[in-house]
Amino acid sequence: MSGQLKEVRNRIKSTQSNLQITKAMKMVSAAKLRRAQDAILLMRPYALKLQEMLQNIVSSSEGSIELKLAAQRPVEKVLIVVITSDRGLCGAYNSNLIKLAKQVIREKYEEQFAKGHVEILPIGKKGYEHFSKTGYKLNDTFWHLFAHLDFDHVKQAAAFAMEGFINGTYDAVDIIYSEFKNAATQRFVTEQFLPVARVENTDSKAARADFIFEPEKNTLIAELMPKILNTQLYKAMLDANASEHGARMTAMDKATENANELLRSYKISYNRARQAAITTELTEIVSGAAALEG
Amino acid sequence: MLLEVLTPEKKLYSGEVYGVQLPGIDGLFEVLDKHAPLIAALGKGRMKVLKDKTNSEFYNIEGGFVEVLRNKATVLVEGASAL
Repeated sequence: MSGQLKEVRNRIKSTQSNLQITKAMKMVSAAKLRRAQDAILLMRPYALKLQEMLQNIVSSSEGSIELKLAAQRPVEKVLIVVITSDRGLCGAYNSNLIKLAKQVIREKYEEQFAKGHVEILPIGKKGYEHFSKTGYKLNDTFWHLFAHLDFDHVKQAAAFAMEGFINGTYDAVDIIYSEFKNAATQRFVTEQFLPVARVENTDSKAARADFIFEPEKNTLIAELMPKILNTQLYKAMLDANASEHGARMTAMDKATENANELLRSYKISYNRARQAAITTELTEIVSGAAALEG
Repeated sequence: MLLEVLTPEKKLYSGEVYGVQLPGIDGLFEVLDKHAPLIAALGKGRMKVLKDKTNSEFYNIEGGFVEVLRNKATVLVEGASAL
């Protein structure tokens, strides 16, 4: 009887220490999530203004603008940037991203993949580890980008993709990442990075200001485009970072909840076992006394 | 006029100024009050913020852009630091 008691007691102890860990991790993630969200908010004015500027230039020019980064070529060689996290314990976050990446390869780039022309550029350790084990064509230059997540480092990765596109190493570049909605939900998306989607002249009616352009428009747009792409990748990285912490927070919250539930049921069985032990002991004493009295 | 300096990581400057001197790709230029609408590319160099006629602040900037519209100048740079 006391053996069972001890076993339950051990289990309670280990569940309790588990609970402490998940609780702490949840709180740490919550704090990190807040910081990640702040970074997104700080980036937004810059990104919006950049878009607005592009729109202003495009809407005041007639005809289409030829751009190296928007060149539509028959797609033979593809680069897929897969942004996962460096650490685990965040629920199905990484496996969902990897699944989506494989699905994109299967459905969108089947032909290119059969010829071995699909290259994967993983960012984040989890994706890197997965794809290096499963025999995909891998580029491991930037997998540790989350170690120092700032604009300068992200810019290098964006520059690598743009360079590859311009000199013909890749005909298309896609990014797979998790868009940040809120702490509980992530949206896993595939975004076309290169070639750049054609910029449409949207606000034709709006009272446009008569801008002076310095230097002339085409040069200006050629300058602007890489900056927009840098920002796009940076946004994807920040979103992924916030999503990761959100996912971890939810996962740890669930784990804490489960641990509490487990603890409750262990406590019940512990008390039950204790009661039973006491009852047996009492019976033994009483019957022993009765035997003595004769 | 109003000046705003934005980087992807933070808002660097926001406030009323007398004018701003910027390193354009083709040379240094200055934007003062009531400047005509302008979009210009900026090179790497030094930006001088003229807070009023006597006081000024300097920033080192990496390449970027400036838009002037309705007496508001928005400077977008990828990186900058105060001097």
